[in-house]
Amino acid sequence: MPGNRFNAFQDHGVGIGLRIPHYQHIFSRKPVVDWFEIISENFMIDAGRPLAMLDRILEQYRVVQHGVSMYFGSVTAPDPEHLRRLKQLVRRTGTPWLSDHLCWGSVDGAYTHDLLPLPYTWEAVERTVERVRMVQDFLEIPVAVENVSSYAAFTGSEMAEWEFLNEVVERADCGILLDVNNIYVSSMNHEFDPMEYVNAVQAHRVAQIHIAGHSKYEKYILDTHDHPVIDPVWELYARAIERCGPMPTLLEWDDHIPTFDEVHAEAKKAEKYLHRHSGELTGAAR
Amino acid sequence: MNLQELQRTMAAAVMLPLTADEQMRETAGDGRAMTAVAESFIAANSRLSAFERLEIYNRQYWFRVLGALQEDFPALRAVVGARAFEALSIAYLGAHPSRSFTMRNLGSKLTDWLAAHPNFASRRHGLALDVARIEWAFVEAFDGAERVPLTLDQVATLDGDSRLGLQPHLRLIALDYPADELVLALHDREKQQTSEAGVKREEGRDAPVKLPKLRRRATWVAAHRVDLAVFYRRLEREEFQTLAAIRNGACLADAIGEGFANSRIPEARRAQRIREWFATWAELGWICAPDLESLVEESI
Repeated sequence: MPGNRFNAFQDHGVGIGLRIPHYQHIFSRKPVVDWFEIISENFMIDAGRPLAMLDRILEQYRVVQHGVSMYFGSVTAPDPEHLRRLKQLVRRTGTPWLSDHLCWGSVDGAYTHDLLPLPYTWEAVERTVERVRMVQDFLEIPVAVENVSSYAAFTGSEMAEWEFLNEVVERADCGILLDVNNIYVSSMNHEFDPMEYVNAVQAHRVAQIHIAGHSKYEKYILDTHDHPVIDPVWELYARAIERCGPMPTLLEWDDHIPTFDEVHAEAKKAEKYLHRHSGELTGAAR
Repeated sequence: MNLQELQRTMAAAVMLPLTADEQMRETAGDGRAMTAVAESFIAANSRLSAFERLEIYNRQYWFRVLGALQEDFPALRAVVGARAFEALSIAYLGAHPSRSFTMRNLGSKLTDWLAAHPNFASRRHGLALDVARIEWAFVEAFDGAERVPLTLDQVATLDGDSRLGLQPHLRLIALDYPADELVLALHDREKQQTSEAGVKREEGRDAPVKLPKLRRRATWVAAHRVDLAVFYRRLEREEFQTLAAIRNGACLADAIGEGFANSRIPEARRAQRIREWFATWAELGWICAPDLESLVEESI
């Protein structure tokens, strides 16, 4: 069984992010795509074109929701209107699980609209767990938290990022959206071994994997989602699949978006790793 | 520093306006050196100081929110010029940082703010304000709620005591200038620039666009959605006032009375005019049953 209870036991294969520049291609060519990931906030509206386009996609494709503003680590309580609209969208899409980031981004009602890193402290573990549990209970579907790329580390941190992630998901009893590109980006920015991170993650809780490209600057790497996936990230992906099994995989491409075919072809490179793992399992069973 | 203190400190730093050359300021809002603020909670690494690490987030914040406002108000930007638009955006966001989980609402207070701060649009203030009103109405009409409208047959059964609702995505805009056509022209220009090179041309980016001479003339416009696309429709003053009164909950007789207040339309021609309005409104799906929740609130 490739799925687990954190992704509702789904065998989704390889998907791509649903982006507006690809709508025309998708509607006219109807390409075979395992699934699309949508950014929830783009569709948490009352009516109009975005929802009409989403409904057309839902007629033919499986959709999984991914959020960018739940801010599980924010100390301020979530906006009830946000939760209400999110649940409304969950009912519309029938998403089998939902993901958002292990980060914070708003305080005292003011939003930065960024995925800001958390200090890896016990206090942050407690706060985050509380909110993940609350959101999961309210939405009544499995929730997975995604590790973010970060550019700053905090003097007050009391553990490594992967230890923090493990503490949160264990106590909240939720899934992990493991972003191997984010692990790579953060490992370069914080000077740790990314493979140590992948090896430490609670593999049985991984619900989904993200792959993406990034941009290198002189002193740091920025998670820009505007390039193909680089080899070191594929190596992390291969190891993650080896540990977690053939989990639903999603390529993110959000800026300088190339044609649908180019994005899809890049995503489908992941199939090689998924099939290799499935082949190994089949071989072992003989 | 506990989690709340850390988040308040970091948010204040991240949302502090950048310098003219897009760097993080040396001094925080409370007068402390930003280096000290950064070092109080951020660790340096072998390549970046605490200040530089915090600066990455500070710059990303401003690039993101300024980009979002620019996307929602391209005509306003063209009217006041790129540099003035950036200045007004920074001042506006300083006064009204996002209070919503979605950046869709970032510009929701811009027209009110701009009305109270004419210095940010200098001699084009009145026009800029109208342009902002039209562009925000577009945002609201684009994804506003849609209710089942009354049919023409249902509309025919209404009488003076009837209370109605308007289609939620219908936005009514009273303007000092006939700026709707200008906004459409500027949006077309924007689309052309984006599609010709794949990116926006940067030439002359700081200067406001040259505009045809627009005379001040009270103008009434409706922004509404048809087949998922937003359209603008000019309204007569009387039509606008009637619709506004309906939206405010007046019964039909009172709404029409308010609509024709100070009107020059001869009494003899008013009934015909009202029939024409209702036929058009019904065709466009603007007329709905009243919102029951609002009636309940009113009765309480």
